[in-house]
Amino acid sequence: MKKLFSKSFWIRNETLVAIVIIAFIIIASISDPRFLSMPTLTDLLRGGIVLGIFAVGVMVVLISGGIDVSFTAVAVFAMYTTTLFLVTFVPELSWYWAFGISMLIGAALGAINGIFIAWFGLPTLIVTLGTLSIYRGFLLTFVGSKLISNLPPDMRDFSRLMMFRNTNADGSFYSLPWAFAALVIVVIITWFILYRTTLGRSIFAIGGSIESARRIGINVRATQFFVYVYVGTLAGLAGIIYASMSRVANPFDLVGLELSVIAAVVLGGARLIGGYGTLTGTLLGVALIVIVRNSLIVIGIPSTWQSVAIGVLILVGTGLPAWQAKRAAARAS
Amino acid sequence: MDFVPENALVIMEGVTKNYDGVVALDNVDFTVSPGEAVCLVGENGSGKSTLIKILAGVEQATSGRITIGGKVYDTLSPRLSAAAGVMVIFQDFSLFPNLSVAENIAFSTQLGKNRRLFNKKHVYEIARKTLDRVGVDIDLGTIVETLPVAHKQLVAICRALASNARLIIMDEPTTALTEREVSILLDIIRRLKKDGVAVIFVSHKLAEVLEVSEKVVILRNGKKVAQGPASTFDAASLTRNMTGRDVAEASPRPIDPSAPVLLHVKDLHKEGAFENINFDLHEGEVLGVSGLLGSGRTPLAKALFGLVVPEKGMIKLGDKSIVLGDPLTAAAAGIGYVPEDRLTEGLFLTQSIVRNVSIGRLDNHQNAGLLNMKSLFRESGDWLKRLKVKTPDIGSPVTSLSGGNQQRVVLSRWLSRAPKVLILNGPSVGVDVGSKSEIHDIIHELALSGIGIIVISDDLPELLATCQRILVMKSGVITDEVSGKNITEDELARRMAS
Repeated sequence: MKKLFSKSFWIRNETLVAIVIIAFIIIASISDPRFLSMPTLTDLLRGGIVLGIFAVGVMVVLISGGIDVSFTAVAVFAMYTTTLFLVTFVPELSWYWAFGISMLIGAALGAINGIFIAWFGLPTLIVTLGTLSIYRGFLLTFVGSKLISNLPPDMRDFSRLMMFRNTNADGSFYSLPWAFAALVIVVIITWFILYRTTLGRSIFAIGGSIESARRIGINVRATQFFVYVYVGTLAGLAGIIYASMSRVANPFDLVGLELSVIAAVVLGGARLIGGYGTLTGTLLGVALIVIVRNSLIVIGIPSTWQSVAIGVLILVGTGLPAWQAKRAAARAS
Repeated sequence: MDFVPENALVIMEGVTKNYDGVVALDNVDFTVSPGEAVCLVGENGSGKSTLIKILAGVEQATSGRITIGGKVYDTLSPRLSAAAGVMVIFQDFSLFPNLSVAENIAFSTQLGKNRRLFNKKHVYEIARKTLDRVGVDIDLGTIVETLPVAHKQLVAICRALASNARLIIMDEPTTALTEREVSILLDIIRRLKKDGVAVIFVSHKLAEVLEVSEKVVILRNGKKVAQGPASTFDAASLTRNMTGRDVAEASPRPIDPSAPVLLHVKDLHKEGAFENINFDLHEGEVLGVSGLLGSGRTPLAKALFGLVVPEKGMIKLGDKSIVLGDPLTAAAAGIGYVPEDRLTEGLFLTQSIVRNVSIGRLDNHQNAGLLNMKSLFRESGDWLKRLKVKTPDIGSPVTSLSGGNQQRVVLSRWLSRAPKVLILNGPSVGVDVGSKSEIHDIIHELALSGIGIIVISDDLPELLATCQRILVMKSGVITDEVSGKNITEDELARRMAS
C-alpha cells in the first residue's frame, strides 16, 4: 500500500490517464445513467481490439527509440491482399489460415522497414513515412482498390464467435467476440518478451542509449530488425481482425489512424525519445481514446469535437508530467 | 624494452599506430601488473587515447605485440579485450539511463552468458554482490537517470567488475566529482587493488589520482617520454614532461590603486544560494571567486550575468544600475559570461567555428534586417586569429577543436563585443596544461587593456596565477578576502575548507 501513495505514483502518466478515465465515466453516467452498463463496457472492449493491438506494436517501437507511422499501411496491405487471395483462390480456408497469411505479409513488410533502419541506419520516421506511402500506393495500384464485401465464410464466422452474449434487464443485447482474446494474447506475449527475455531488455537498452548498447555488445541491428518485424506482424493481425469484424475488406480503411494510435501510446507514458513505455499505460491510453470516441455524444458534445478533445488530452496528459519533471529538475539544480 | 615484472597482466611491446601516415603512437612499451594503478598522462594528441583504444580493441595497432594475462594477441577486438578482462569506463559512463541500477550492472554479464531469458532475481543477486565488493550501497531498483554523477560512476565501475574486469581503464574519472566524492572513489580504487584488479587512469587532473597510483607513464607526441614510481613526480615535473618545456606561470600584475571602480555589487541575496554579497571590481583587475562545490560560487557568477535571479541587491556597472536577472541587458551593458560547461552552455556544437563567434555580433552587421555575412565573418575571423585558435579552416565544426581552442572560441565571441566586465567560470576546465597557461596569458592581456575580469574557479594554482584578489565563499557567504600575492596554495585551501 505504501507504493500507492508515493509521490512518483501520482505523477505517473498511468495515474493521470486513469483519473481522467474515471472522471469521464462519472460525468457520462451522470448525464446518462444507462452509460454505466455491460453494453457500454463490451462496446468499449470491442472498440479497443484493433486500436489496442496497434498500440502495443507502436509502444515496442517507441521503447526501442524509434517511431513507426507505416503500420496502418502494413495492416491494410496485409488484410486486403490476404482477403483477395482467399476469396479468389481458396474461399473455404479456415480463419486461422487467413490470420497466419496476413501476419506473414505484415512481418515481411515490417522486415523491409527493419532492413532500412537496422542495416542502412536511416532515421525511423523518414523510413516509415516513405514506406507508409509506398505500401499504400502499391496496394491500390497493383493489388486492388475495390471493396471486397463477400469475405471468405470462415473469416466472417470468426467475428461471430462470441466469448459470451447476454441480454440486459432493460432488454439491450450485449456480447464480446473472441477477437478480444487476440488482444489479450498479444499483451501477454509482448509482456513476456519485454520483461522476461534478454531481447526485450535489449529493446529497452537501445532505447535508453544506442551507443552504450553497442559498447557492451548488444546486437543492435538484430534487435531493431526484430522490433520492426514484430510491429509489422501485429499490424497484419490487427488488419485481418479489423476486416473480419467489419465484414468487409476496404483498401481505403485504416490509413489515417496512425496518429491516434501514437497519441494513445504517448498518453500512456511512452516517451518519443525512447526507453520508456509500459503496457498498462498503453492500454489505459487506448481505453481513454476509445471512451472519448464512443461516448462524447453521451455527455452531449458533438462528435466533431472528438479530435479537439483528444488533442487537449494529449497536451495535458503528456504536458503535465513533463512540466512537473522540469520543475523538479529546476528545484534540484 | 624496460624491465617487465614476471606476473604482468598487460604487456605492450613496441606498439606503433599510424593513421594515414601520421604516427599517433611510436614504439611504446607499457606494462601493468595485477593490483597496480597506473597514471597515463599526456596532452591532447599525445597518443594516450590511442593507447587506450588499442588496449580496448577499438583500434588495431599497426605493429607491436600485446600480451594480456599471459596470452599473446595479434589483433584485439572489443569482444576479445572484454573477454580478457579489460574494461574501459568512458567519461560518459555508457550507462542506460532508463534502466535500473541492477540491470545496468548485470546486463553485460547476461549477454556474455548468452542467456535468452531475463531473470530479475538473478540480475539483482549479481548486482548486490558487486556493490558489496566495492562496499557501497545504492538502491538496486533506482532508475540510473535519477542518480547523481558520482553514483553513476560507481554503477559503471560495478558493471566492469561484474564482467570480471582484471584491468579497469578510467577516462578522466574525477572531473565531475566533488572533493568528498573523489576521496570515496579513491577508497574504492584501493579496495579493488587489494583484490588484484589493475587500474589505468587517463587524466588531466593529476594530483588527485597520484596518491593511489604506483606508476606514472607520460606520453608526448606519441612517444613515451617518462615513466617512474608515482612518488618521484610532482605537479611541476609532470607538466614539464607533458609539454616538453617549463610552463612558467606569469604572476598577476599589481593592482593599480587609482583604477576606478567598474562593477559595484551590493547586498546581493538569493535564498538558498548566496547572501549578503558585497564587492567592487576595478578596471583592469582580475578578481578570483573561489569555494568548494556547493559554496555558491556558480550561482553568484550566473547572478552577475542575469542567469540566476537574485531576490534583492544591486549591481552597478560604472554609474548605471543593471536590471537583475536579465542576461540580455547584462550583455548589452557590457558584461560577458563564459560558462563552466562550454559544451552544453557555451557552444553551438553542430555549427562552424566562425559561426560560433559571429553569433555574438549579429546586431552590428545587419542592415534593415539583412545580414552582411562577409563583414560578419571577416570580423569573427580576425578575432579567431588574435586569440590564436589553431585550425586550418574556420568553417569546420567547432567540435573538431581541442578543449583549449574551444575555450578560445567562446572568448573570441565575447571579446568581439568589447565587454567591460568578463566573468570566466572555470576558464580552463578540461583544457590541457599547455593551453591552460596560454589562456592565463590571454587573461593577463585582457586585464591590461582595462577589462575587469572575474575568475570563478576551484583550481587554486589557476587563481594564484591570474588573480590579484581572491574572494573565498562558503555556504553562500563571502568568508574571506585575500590578496593573491601574499598567500600560498595550502593556506588558500585551508581557508576554503575550514
